[in-house]
Amino acid sequence: MSSWSQSLSNFEEGAVANDFATFTGNKALELEESLIFEKPDAFNQTGVDFDDAPEISGDKLGGINREGQIGLAGLSEPETIRHYTRLSRMNYAIDMGFYPLGSCTMKHNPRLNERVARLPGMADVHPLQPVKTAQGALQVIYDLHEWLVELTGLPAIAMSPAAGAHGELCGMMAIRSALEAKGDKREIVLVPESAHGTNPATAALCGYKIQSIPCDEFGRVELGAFKEALNDRVAALMLTNPNTCGLFETDILEISKELKKVGAFFYCDGANFNAIVGRVRPGDLGIDCMHMNLHKTFSTPHGGGGPGSGPVTLSAELAPYAPVPIVVKNGDQLDLIEHVGETKSFGRMKGFHGQMGMFVRALSYMMSHGADGLRQVAEDAVLNANYVLASLKDVMSPAYEGSCMHECLFDDKFLKDTGVSTLDFSKAMIDEGYHPMTMYFPLVVHGAMLIEPTETESKEKLDEFIAAMRHLAEKAKAGETDFFAQAPVYSPRRRLDETLAARQPVLRWSKDS
Amino acid sequence: MRYLPLTDNDRQEMLDKIGVSSVDAFFENVPQEARVDGLFDLPNKQSEMAVEKYFQAQSARNIVAGQVPFFIGAGAYRHHVPSTVDYLIQRGEFLTSYTPYQPEITQGTLMALFEFQTQVAAITGMEVANASLYDGSTGCNEAVMMANRVTRRKKAVLSGGLHPQYRDIVECQGRFSDFDVVLSDVDAEGVEDLTQYIADDVSCLVVQNPSFFGHVRDLSKLAEAAHEKGVLLVVVFSEVVSLGAIKSPGEMGADIVVGEGQSIGNSLNFGGPYLGLFATKQKYIRQMPGRVCGETKDKDGKRGFVLTLSTREQHIRREKATSNICTNAGLCATAFTIHMTLLGEKGFKQLAKINHAKAVQLSEKLTKLEGVELVNETFFNEFTIRLSKPAAEVVDMLADQEILAGVPVSRFYDDQKDLLLVAATETCSEQDMDKFVTALGGLLS
Amino acid sequence: MLKFSKDHEWVEVDGDVATVGITQYAADALGDVVFVEVPEAGATFSQGDDAAVVESVKAASEVYAPLSGEVTEGNQVLADNPGMVNEDPLGEGWFFKLKVSDAAELEEMMDEDAYNEFIADL
Repeated sequence: MSSWSQSLSNFEEGAVANDFATFTGNKALELEESLIFEKPDAFNQTGVDFDDAPEISGDKLGGINREGQIGLAGLSEPETIRHYTRLSRMNYAIDMGFYPLGSCTMKHNPRLNERVARLPGMADVHPLQPVKTAQGALQVIYDLHEWLVELTGLPAIAMSPAAGAHGELCGMMAIRSALEAKGDKREIVLVPESAHGTNPATAALCGYKIQSIPCDEFGRVELGAFKEALNDRVAALMLTNPNTCGLFETDILEISKELKKVGAFFYCDGANFNAIVGRVRPGDLGIDCMHMNLHKTFSTPHGGGGPGSGPVTLSAELAPYAPVPIVVKNGDQLDLIEHVGETKSFGRMKGFHGQMGMFVRALSYMMSHGADGLRQVAEDAVLNANYVLASLKDVMSPAYEGSCMHECLFDDKFLKDTGVSTLDFSKAMIDEGYHPMTMYFPLVVHGAMLIEPTETESKEKLDEFIAAMRHLAEKAKAGETDFFAQAPVYSPRRRLDETLAARQPVLRWSKDS
Repeated sequence: MRYLPLTDNDRQEMLDKIGVSSVDAFFENVPQEARVDGLFDLPNKQSEMAVEKYFQAQSARNIVAGQVPFFIGAGAYRHHVPSTVDYLIQRGEFLTSYTPYQPEITQGTLMALFEFQTQVAAITGMEVANASLYDGSTGCNEAVMMANRVTRRKKAVLSGGLHPQYRDIVECQGRFSDFDVVLSDVDAEGVEDLTQYIADDVSCLVVQNPSFFGHVRDLSKLAEAAHEKGVLLVVVFSEVVSLGAIKSPGEMGADIVVGEGQSIGNSLNFGGPYLGLFATKQKYIRQMPGRVCGETKDKDGKRGFVLTLSTREQHIRREKATSNICTNAGLCATAFTIHMTLLGEKGFKQLAKINHAKAVQLSEKLTKLEGVELVNETFFNEFTIRLSKPAAEVVDMLADQEILAGVPVSRFYDDQKDLLLVAATETCSEQDMDKFVTALGGLLS
Repeated sequence: MLKFSKDHEWVEVDGDVATVGITQYAADALGDVVFVEVPEAGATFSQGDDAAVVESVKAASEVYAPLSGEVTEGNQVLADNPGMVNEDPLGEGWFFKLKVSDAAELEEMMDEDAYNEFIADL
């Protein structure tokens, strides 16, 4: 045992705090910070200067003016910068270190994309300007559309969905519309048990009953069970490929053939498109419809939970039902179809024209990589995941034998009888300076740990990570349960009481709290 | 390639460690006929400079709102966003962090969200707010579905003053989720009375205030009448700044308040990403869609924040979730919170006051013209005028003079050819107004 | 008379009124219960209908009506103190009381020994 870990195992709660407690509660660069509402005189402060309002003879608010205190706290500009800078320093981020969060594709976010998204002709353009004054903006949407068509091998893309789940809804609405246009009322959507929760939630939102399909011992759809569930009441299968266990669905062509036989559609959740982009066209796999998370594969920043963007690729059969708006080319001019009118479009699912700011960033990313670079993206993402798998398989327990795609999945067998859980193990990673992997997902694997390194990690960074993971695995096996049970100890906050938060929800600051 | 750190030497060493000769080995499970061996029909990699040039060229083809007299609103508003906001949200710790599922190392995002929820609850006059939805338009749809769950009814009544795209979205969702949508007649004049629709089988009335056409109304009586029949009042706003001048929806008796938050902290962005604000009463929180941040304590007893009530959400509840939403508008919410913090109580009210005064000033200048008639008796920073010529043509001709005059209502409702929506914010100078008025006068005479 | 269902609910019948709750096994499996929604008096259920909701931090579950009947009382204590379900699932942590409409349904349920055998195999 190294001296470092020895000192930690001697760590007693409160010992450090008592001996070296600071007056302020701060610890050098670790600065405690209150909420804006708790700052001195916050309800009288402001950080902006305005001109006086123009003199008017009387207002036009019809006598329903806002009276009294709203309850907004304000800070001066320097205090605002300090406050949010201090908050930001309590966050882990890709810019700080390795973020192997499986199924989330936390890759490097190039700053070029931020710069071009802020060009005045991109950021400061109103969606309802006359289209002739926004041809450059429409061109970006059109060009991104063309790139996505080529990369997916399917003829049309619905651009407006705001995120992956919204894209799923778009795809399922197109599927239901296409079926109903044929007078074909179906009520069931098949969803593998390894699916993201958004899949069943979406299918339900689209009016379908969900039937769950089990996985085989390799985490793939159990073909027998799938065939058994398939009949002419099935509208679609929603399948993630590569799946949430990080494996390619080997039987995918047979699955798509079987679906076609009964007149059902093949919806693919494209959350894991990063594994195959530039190497495999979803259209060649018999997929009818697939959403892409621009904030995963095409590197628009996650921003602490969005915004995202979820364009949906559609087969020729589904394309006519795509939601408005649609960008079309009329001679040299680009135009917008904003109303269903005489078209077969199923309607509208978002205001204006989609997540333009994300389109700009994604296209910038794709153009930077090009055809050769994107192919390399998939190859390096898969290589990195397999390298991590190969380097950890003797000390951790891979959920499946063989190679993986862009993420590798472990179960908690290697922690059996150690008294350390997947949760404890993940929290210990925090103290080592890493963001934990995805835990307890997919649900089909016990104590799942899903590691997605992405292609933007160097070999040196992977080697450091691997060494840290091996160290932790050995520590767990050596029975140092308390080390794991206490973790994390060096983060801005230690483990938080989620039961308390949920039993007595406090969702806003108030004077009495 | 500049974003890919592996060298060929690294790749070889890694393949050796794994024990395969090439990366093709990992793609063996992909059916042979679906593997693309060559490159796709797309340009190859480009330098940062080359990519930037493309976007500069496209950018130059658009008329930039901030460079011309600009009066467009209709659900997206041009405001001045302090430079501090954009600087702070570009800090990597906010920009490149994920949804705060590991609260120990994402207190920054969580605290900002807790401040955001508090601000949204305060301005809407409601008890609680969530951590954002995609935008106002989709948020409106979520509000209707929530009202259906709360009331266990399946019929929503949408005001004729609700943003037409919001109406389209709810109508579309209703067809797929099997609920009825009653569309009240288009209400350009601001005279509709929705009490006629209140009934035992109606889940909610959805009313925008100020309305799409700009009318400001007190909804208190409507709320009372709705509640008598167990109907919820959903109040929608598309201009969040209006809440600094107008009695809050909460004070009027709203049950759910939802709206577009783009105006604070966020650019026009040609329509997105924007920011869905969503607030309701404490008693309905378990029916609320989207993520929510709550206060708690850590192991050492220190105050901390976590995402909570997640059993409503898709990753746990799956097909029984309150919504399928996962990613929301986190960074736009952070931008909103920072801008709102800079404003404070005083600044927010002053901003609203200036907006309203500018709009009053513009309306007075416009109505002096022959061929212009103000439709509204009340408005905040946007109003409707009736022109003696088709509004779409007028807007088109003014665009040729580099004046972005407003939105012709015919862009949404084909038969409303003479109506023009005009907005004025703190960014409109008096010179801009005069240019617009003079040019419009020239076209109408 | 205490009876159990395969969905980990228990009923205790007194006259024609049955008290319904979830078993210790279910409470342990859920973890700390943070929210319970119980039906209001007057609600009527057929056997197997969704009757109540129980949630922990990480899981949510419907509680089915183990028997058909009309609800006479929901346990209001759980609204303020959902943790009672963990503390005393077979006692104070009961969910609702039901006026049984078909006593024959009771015959299909397990007794305590059968239920213990049932969970031992899970």
